[in-house]
Amino acid sequence: MSKIIASAAIRGAHKIVDMAEKKWKEAVDKFGINQEVHFPETAYYLPIIYGILGEKIEKLSDMEKVFSLCRKFLPAPVHEKVHLPYLGPTLDAGMVTLFAEEMMEAVKYLEEPDFYFPEEEPPEGKLWLGAANDIILRKRGIEFVDGTAPGFAAIAGAAPDATTAMKIAQELQEKNLYVFMCAQHAGKRFAEQLVEGGMQIGWPVRLVPFGPEIYEAVFALGFAVRAAMSFGGIEPGDFRRILIYNKDRIFAFVLALGYVSEEWYANAAGAINFGFPTIADTPIPQILPTGVCTYEHVVSNIPHDRIVAKAVEVRGLKVTVSKVPIPVPYGPAFEGERVRKEDLYLEAGGTRTLSCEWTTTLPLNQVEDGKVEVIGSDLDELPEGTQTPLAIVVEVAGREMQEEFEPILERQIHDYINYINGAMHIGQREIVWIRISKKAKEKGLRLKHLGMVIHAKYHEVFGNILDKVQVKLYTDEQKVKEILEKARIVWKARDERLAGMTDEEVDTFYSCTLCQSFAPSHVCIVTPERTGLCGAYSWLDCRASNRINPEGPNQPVKKGAIIDSRLGQWEGCNEFVNKASRGALERVSIYSLMVDPMTTCGCCECIAVVLPLCNGIMTVNREYKGDTPCGMKFTTLAGTIGGGKQNPGFLGHSKFNITQKKFIASEGGIKRLVWMPKMLKEEIWERLVKRCEEIGMPDLPNMIADETVGVTEEEILTFLQEKKHPALEMEPLI
Amino acid sequence: MEWSRDGSAKKLLQEIREEDFQLSWDRLQEQLPQCGFGILGICCRNCSMGPCRIDPFGENAQVGVCGADADTITARNFLRMVAAGVSAHSDHGRAVAETLIKVARGEAPGYEIKDEYKLLKLALEFGLEVEGKKIEDIALQVGINALHEFGNQEGEITLVKRAPLKRQNIWRKLGVVPRGVDREVVEALHRTHMGTDQNYLHIMRQATRCALSDGWAGSMLATELQDILFGTPTPIVGKVNLGVLKEDQVNIIVHGHEPLLSEMIVMAARDPEMLKMAKEKGARGINIAGICCTANEVLMRHGIPLAGNFLNQELAITTGAVEVMVVDVQCVMQSLPTIASCFHTRIITTSEKAKISGATHMEFSEENALKKAKEIIKMAIERFPLRKKSQVRIPAGEVDLVAGFTHETITYMLGGMFRASYKPLNDNIIGGRIRGVAGVVGCNNPKVTHDESHLIMVKELLKQDVLVLQTGCAAIACAKEGLLDPVKGLEYCGDGLREVCEAVGIPPVLHLGACVDNSRILVAATAMVKEGGLGDDISELPAAGAAPEWMSEKAISIGQYFVASGVFTVFGVTWPTLGSKNLSRYLFEEIEEEMGGKWAFEPDPLKAAHLMIEHINKKRKALGIDKARERVLFDMEMRRGLE
Repeated sequence: MSKIIASAAIRGAHKIVDMAEKKWKEAVDKFGINQEVHFPETAYYLPIIYGILGEKIEKLSDMEKVFSLCRKFLPAPVHEKVHLPYLGPTLDAGMVTLFAEEMMEAVKYLEEPDFYFPEEEPPEGKLWLGAANDIILRKRGIEFVDGTAPGFAAIAGAAPDATTAMKIAQELQEKNLYVFMCAQHAGKRFAEQLVEGGMQIGWPVRLVPFGPEIYEAVFALGFAVRAAMSFGGIEPGDFRRILIYNKDRIFAFVLALGYVSEEWYANAAGAINFGFPTIADTPIPQILPTGVCTYEHVVSNIPHDRIVAKAVEVRGLKVTVSKVPIPVPYGPAFEGERVRKEDLYLEAGGTRTLSCEWTTTLPLNQVEDGKVEVIGSDLDELPEGTQTPLAIVVEVAGREMQEEFEPILERQIHDYINYINGAMHIGQREIVWIRISKKAKEKGLRLKHLGMVIHAKYHEVFGNILDKVQVKLYTDEQKVKEILEKARIVWKARDERLAGMTDEEVDTFYSCTLCQSFAPSHVCIVTPERTGLCGAYSWLDCRASNRINPEGPNQPVKKGAIIDSRLGQWEGCNEFVNKASRGALERVSIYSLMVDPMTTCGCCECIAVVLPLCNGIMTVNREYKGDTPCGMKFTTLAGTIGGGKQNPGFLGHSKFNITQKKFIASEGGIKRLVWMPKMLKEEIWERLVKRCEEIGMPDLPNMIADETVGVTEEEILTFLQEKKHPALEMEPLI
Repeated sequence: MEWSRDGSAKKLLQEIREEDFQLSWDRLQEQLPQCGFGILGICCRNCSMGPCRIDPFGENAQVGVCGADADTITARNFLRMVAAGVSAHSDHGRAVAETLIKVARGEAPGYEIKDEYKLLKLALEFGLEVEGKKIEDIALQVGINALHEFGNQEGEITLVKRAPLKRQNIWRKLGVVPRGVDREVVEALHRTHMGTDQNYLHIMRQATRCALSDGWAGSMLATELQDILFGTPTPIVGKVNLGVLKEDQVNIIVHGHEPLLSEMIVMAARDPEMLKMAKEKGARGINIAGICCTANEVLMRHGIPLAGNFLNQELAITTGAVEVMVVDVQCVMQSLPTIASCFHTRIITTSEKAKISGATHMEFSEENALKKAKEIIKMAIERFPLRKKSQVRIPAGEVDLVAGFTHETITYMLGGMFRASYKPLNDNIIGGRIRGVAGVVGCNNPKVTHDESHLIMVKELLKQDVLVLQTGCAAIACAKEGLLDPVKGLEYCGDGLREVCEAVGIPPVLHLGACVDNSRILVAATAMVKEGGLGDDISELPAAGAAPEWMSEKAISIGQYFVASGVFTVFGVTWPTLGSKNLSRYLFEEIEEEMGGKWAFEPDPLKAAHLMIEHINKKRKALGIDKARERVLFDMEMRRGLE
């Protein structure tokens, strides 16, 4: 009966608030009331408090107000006899618990600065990662946005043993879900059990060890609140929309493994506010009626072999899992998995051996669907530690297949092989590097399985355009050489064709509303000369995607009559954007950052910003953590402009776009670029030099300032003047 | 027929059997047989050419002296009942508006504005500027605007805008949106004057318009303004039964309808000076208990115990333990002073509108309310030593209950501060755990066993997973049975309803307050529509209303505004239009096409409950929620499709 849950949760909330307040007071005594506090590298302060209450916690003194709110919101214990309605008060108690825990964790960062390791993966001897920084949030956020990660499981406690824990974790991974871990049961912790079983953990493999206690559940919910603000474009303090956003769009749930204490109940109540139900392996009371969550609120006593399936059902989540005929687990969650040297069975490419992969089209009668040949020796015929040459040739055929789809199909090989548990794939074309682990080999993984995976996934994803797929894997060096020669000719032709495409020569652009699952009013318009701002989708990709799935998120946008060629505004684009944003946007300029710029969901690779003093434009990439001349770090910028809002003077774009001809063309193009982080400049150096040569300014790359020159406008202005940067002479931006 | 189903009333009736009190049941016996023409509604005494009556068997006179036929006569009588009911509720609302104005002007010591948020909300609904204004100034303007709702001559009453859009359009199309409360009552009386409106359908239009001015103005304003002045109720534990009277304390019963004075009595009773005085007279304390809607008002806001409902009023005095009974307006029996005269009990009338021969009149106004309240308490304390121990017979046993449900508390209790909404209610209706919602309200009537119809009906509804909302004497009846106890009440529920009540921690019967608070049901029904998933109008909701033991004209007004708001409404006991086939057919059938709601008359409460359930089932079917719902699993595409 729910009364037991309500009573326990409210008691738990009281305990946690008491404890947090005590720790806060101790910290005030020790560090002084003006001591700064924060979670690592985030523009969202303590995110739940910031999102729900709109309060920025920057110092210990800021917590005083929130603690008094906690006291005000903490409900009285449930009457034993004639009780008053307790659902509402229990939910409040849950929320108050989260506020208190966030403050307690912030104090912990102060007291024990090295307790958590604030990166993607724990190093040797460490386990707990604590709050995700904003870089992780955005990088991982894209996966939530595009659906490669449909949600997350917050696991509290531990399984009865490591084997069960690994089984549950793997099942969640196979369903592409993130696993956020905290708390302990009977002295054991789920994350420790996975490590004990030899599993890799960390963000790259979607197994995230947040912390050892139940209080660290707050990091999972903090992640969710930030998603609502950064991708949903919801203002801090708009608590209702943040919570509903999570209920409707973030498919998360709590798995309570082990004894459910009063503190656990309090956290579960907090999660229910977000629409995240709890599924327990113990016989605690259930709350089956629906309403705050989409379906049941608490479901209990579920055996471990059914708990993941049950959780997914209770949350109302539809997970589409590729069925591939291989002897190891498979899915995007294994994408970030590493194969270390000591685990290595076989390696190909990576400058050690000759290696490549190539997708090509053949006439229908020359392809035998499903045929996978290993030409040369397969894995079991090679000794452990082998470095082998490898060429993967995928031959496809289909009535709808077109040559221009080949690069798109070929690029997918990276993901498809990486999804294999025990296989690592880096690079593409002739710079591929593939590793296969001993464990995978033991489980029966062979090279032919790589071919089978590609066959299965091609049919699953590209079934609309191709009818037949056959794969050849060559391990013979001479053969690999021959193939490389053929492929290089094709690759060269492709590059030239792609590079030559212009916006003018097409009458149709493509939309991308993939992110609308998270950012409902955001619409990307992808043109040949403006790739998608996430860096993942070119015009060709979108066109292919539309052919494959005509009802999908990439729709043709007829340009229609031109309104302004400098801004890049067309009637057709405006109409489309207006409709697809459900009226939130009226116009969009494809080439301008000043007038009706394109929106961003929040997962753009870079953000360009006007620097008025320099009469120029800077851009900053997601990975760069430092300050920038516009006064905002990337994460603050993304937080400000994300979520589908139009902000003149700010523009999200891809890295590739910087060297495309139409990049901020309306403002004068690349000549306006006065600052970018060094790491970004290095990454795109070759293309940057080439592009600058094209416009007759071969010296421009060296005129663009970076953080070594300065991170204020004043600092870089002197540099620009010295270098005679062209932006200074251009017409005023503002 | 048994007189009462109420355990403590039965015990008391047993004890006083030998004594010579004349109670309502006795008086009813003496009235029998009652006039058949009157019962059928075909007696007209609106002019001195009459009284006229129509032969219901069609053999003798079929028209009155003026030519009015049975349809006209019953319709006119019906409209006059509506008008009287509207007047009662609305005068109540007007009194609160006047109090608010006096509070704003600082002329009502003891009163204050307790719910500023609600005041601001109402101010915005009235289209008032609130930015940068003092709260008193806003209150004053709201009070003045509220009074305009009564005296307004043209246009529309403001709060019709609260109704679902579809509903407003239905009203506008039929021309039944009230202009102002007083105007509609006056027009009702005018139209029913000899030789005026003589088309029964046309008369009924005015009945609708007049009744709507009760539900969406008079009553609604009474509720809103009382919440502003005395605080919006929140869930609260209370007790009910004649057993709440205390043998060792000064017992003061507040009875009637308006909380204006009773609030002050409650406040004054906590005054240490008063308590000291009581102790000096040998009492352990001052116990306030309520009867009828005054009881509901002070229960909802202060947890003051309920002594009982309408038919308990005379019995309360016969406990011999009541020092004073303070009454104001409506549903107060003239017999009270007579019965009180056998005891030390004083009946005190307090309203300038209502005096009773034999009672002490201590008229109260906002300016002197606290002073008067203290005087009344002092008088009660003075009378405590006069109580005759030998005459005291308080039936033992109190029953626990939870009350204090309002539109605001429903949203809070279903989602807390951060997710407050009707969503869980709608969702569980759609999902079928809750079949629907029923408003079971109204009075007691000695023609049927006291409280029994309420209990039979409500228990059947609960068994069929219908969540029950109550006000007035109906709520008190069910409270006495334990149906408002969040644990005991669940014993009567179907599995689905029980599960939801357990999840939320509520009793299956929600007490929404006094009879003016039926407006809370309108607000709640509208909120359900607006929450989504249950159609676009109140008439599409799987909901029904009933007053199985009705007796007052207010009940007819309430019923008519519920029907006109789209609710199927069943009345028991007797029905005032049976003398006209045409009018009855209109009310029981044809009106549904216009209004979406209709009346039914069914004296058997179990059958009436089944009519309600059938109606709810019909609405479920129309909404397509009559079948088990498949669990929808969401993929990314569906998430993208979300608005």
